Amino acid sequence: MVEEIGTTDEGDLIINIGPQHPATHGVLHLVITLNGETVRKVEPHLGYIHRSIEKMCESLSYRQFIYSTSRMDYLSSHINNHCCAMTVEKGLQLEVPERAAVIRILMDELTRIASHVLWWGAMAMDIGAFTPFFHAFREREMINDIMEETCGARLTMNYMVPGGVQFDLHPNFHRRVKAFVKQLRNKLPEYDELVTHNAIFKSRTKGVGILSKEDAISYGCSGPTARASGVDCDIRKTYPYEGYEKLQFEQAMSTDGDTYSRYLVRMVEMRQSLSIIEQLIDNIPEGDFQAKTKAVLKLPKGEFYSRVETARGEFGVYIVSEGGTTPYRIKFRSPGFSNLSALDHTVRGQKIGDLVAIMGSFDLVIPDIDR
Amino acid sequence: MWSFSKLTDLIHAWLYETFSPAWALALEMVMVGVAAIGLFAMLGLVLVIMERKVSAYMQIRLGPNRVGPKGMLQSLADTLKLLVKEGMTPNGVDRVLFNLAPLVAMIAAMLLLAPIAFAKDFQIWDLNIGVLYITAISSLNVIAILMAGWSSNNKYSLLGAMRSGAQIVSYELSAGLSILTIVVLSGSLQISDIVTSQSNGWWIFKGHIPAIIAFVIFLIAATAETNRAPFDMAEAESELTGGFHTEYSGMKFALFFLAEYINVFVVCAVGATLFLGGWMPLHIGSLDWFNHAMDYIPSSIWFFGKTFFLIFVMMWFRWTFPRLRIDQLLTLEWKYLLPIGMVNILLVTVIAILKWHF
Amino acid sequence: MTNEEIIAALTERKPELVSETGGEWPNFMVAAAEWPGFAAMLRESEDLWFDYLFCLTCVDWKTHLTMVYHLSSTRYRHNIVVKATLDRSAPEIGTVCNIWRTAEFHEREVFEMFGVHFSDHPDLRNLILPDDWVGYPLRKDYDDPVNMIKM
Repeated sequence: MVEEIGTTDEGDLIINIGPQHPATHGVLHLVITLNGETVRKVEPHLGYIHRSIEKMCESLSYRQFIYSTSRMDYLSSHINNHCCAMTVEKGLQLEVPERAAVIRILMDELTRIASHVLWWGAMAMDIGAFTPFFHAFREREMINDIMEETCGARLTMNYMVPGGVQFDLHPNFHRRVKAFVKQLRNKLPEYDELVTHNAIFKSRTKGVGILSKEDAISYGCSGPTARASGVDCDIRKTYPYEGYEKLQFEQAMSTDGDTYSRYLVRMVEMRQSLSIIEQLIDNIPEGDFQAKTKAVLKLPKGEFYSRVETARGEFGVYIVSEGGTTPYRIKFRSPGFSNLSALDHTVRGQKIGDLVAIMGSFDLVIPDIDR
Repeated sequence: MWSFSKLTDLIHAWLYETFSPAWALALEMVMVGVAAIGLFAMLGLVLVIMERKVSAYMQIRLGPNRVGPKGMLQSLADTLKLLVKEGMTPNGVDRVLFNLAPLVAMIAAMLLLAPIAFAKDFQIWDLNIGVLYITAISSLNVIAILMAGWSSNNKYSLLGAMRSGAQIVSYELSAGLSILTIVVLSGSLQISDIVTSQSNGWWIFKGHIPAIIAFVIFLIAATAETNRAPFDMAEAESELTGGFHTEYSGMKFALFFLAEYINVFVVCAVGATLFLGGWMPLHIGSLDWFNHAMDYIPSSIWFFGKTFFLIFVMMWFRWTFPRLRIDQLLTLEWKYLLPIGMVNILLVTVIAILKWHF
Repeated sequence: MTNEEIIAALTERKPELVSETGGEWPNFMVAAAEWPGFAAMLRESEDLWFDYLFCLTCVDWKTHLTMVYHLSSTRYRHNIVVKATLDRSAPEIGTVCNIWRTAEFHEREVFEMFGVHFSDHPDLRNLILPDDWVGYPLRKDYDDPVNMIKM
């Protein structure tokens, strides 16, 4: 006999999306209430991959704790590390050599492209097109190779240290980045042909999951998710760091706030990142790649906060120091956590297929949410 | 043109000489059954490896390349693996329906092979309502999917099955209407008649633009009816994990899988038969030297060539397009395809009555 | 507004406010009971317009807990840090999730990690931890002999 299936009092169906589900890209658990195909409510249940990095960092030194953030948003691990290094430098009042700063920006932008390229494939896959995923990996592989040569790792780079970067650039770096920029510039129109201009893709995303500007701000959204709703919140523009103010680039913006504009914003951002790389790659200044620092770092008593723009949005590190060699308390403000809080509001009243599309356009990385 | 009828007549005559008529009939049925099952299994293996190779080519991968020459035996190995896998029946499912559903799916798919003309005079059953039979039996597929979805006691399966029900029932109409255009043009429901009516040119060329419209609608409806992307709402792995076959594993899953591919083959074979002449070689009106040259290519090659071309087109769809949403899917059918199909069939009727077609 | 202007504007409205300078952004200490009203004022005032709550957390000082709210304005691009000291044995503070909706999730996180009770919160349940979890993991005296590795 078929047993009765879980429903609410109003007769709506309750469905668990996740913790193991192809659309969540990780162990996100959403309990959704469905009326037919229409989503009534989405309730995230988190914690399946919570490692309490904040607690762990309380017993790690200022050199060590940086690398635990690679494991949060693993797709923009470099940018996370950058933020941590910047916070420590803020505490030590350390000047980063010019070469190190340029290398950091280059690496950040490469990471951003790698993340967006992967997102592009995954988003198309969420909507049901498999092929873009593999095309995306072709370009992402090139970035991974560049990273591997210089940083020694492909995903969790751990390349940043307080005061600069860990090693100098690999001799092949310049040539490989040039080749990559050329390749991606050639392939981006292909991406557009395959997905952006596809009629089915457009009908699946246009006018779906609209997040208004007020809601985006109120829900603390950041990154492309908020910029698609018309919030100019690119930290690289609004609170420039590490020399972003000297660079020519536009803040990718849209005002529609729907899934398609979130998609477009990221596509524009890839091109912007490419142009940043093009501006810098021939002008890497000579000099040290690392400032001289003591072996054991001690931050003065006080509180330090710095924020960067990761591929997903605003990432912040809040360090409370008691003057010791380890932080007293660390808080990571992760973009995914705040963006996720807007999911319920955005999805209500949409179809279950839209839920997947909207989740794809939010570009959630679960370890970033759970920390 | 070489005909299979010589071979089949020979066997037929020998059987009836050697055995009593009842036994001969029984033996013939057994032979046909074995041949059908063999074809069924072969098609499954070939189509799976074809799909994997096509998708690999489109996704800049190599695809299976270890088992056998160029990986051609990969699907055989996969079948073996599925055969020895434990056939799980989860707790809480409706056991009878759960185990029956894959069989129903497979039987429905197998029944469809009966009226298909694989080559000249090579047909299991040339019944006089062949086209009607195909449309009738192909809708049985939805029963299997609904059975599987309902009996699984899984909400994903249920949603998938409900979607599939709505989808298949809707797209049956369009598929039926576009099939009807050819019935109107050729004036027969019998597959062999339809094929011979194309001996001076295929209907897609002879039927002017309405035939092309009907062909396009048929392709879309056929893709939808077989639950393939971009209309794979019933499975929708990124939304419903696996849809109606979420709970299935091992050979039961393989049967669904096989049935899907056989359905793909059958709808493509029907499409090829109706619009592209089936086993009929490419003939152009009264251009006799050309027609004669074309006749040298065996009829089975023509049939399978056309069918596999259509299958390739369907695979091309699958690996290119994103998935539609369920409401858009139904909008497409009820607001666009169905009205177009209805107007189209009126046009075709006019053409047929006034004998405007070639 | 610059940091000094913000301090001036706020002390004008609430003379009893304790402000700290020296950090990157102005810091204010408010009493827990006054916080929701103060928050609404920060959000609604046309010249302040702190509409973006980008970080909400808590610090365990062993003797007391401190709630830390980082706010910024998407209109004027100024930032502010507001802190509220809570009693460690029975920490309670009003919710701000009706002012900044992102606070709903952040407050749930602080609730389970520090045990701070947010009055009037619409849905104060464990978000990350299992429902039957005992203890507040991010407090300094939290001890888990099985899973925690002591350095």
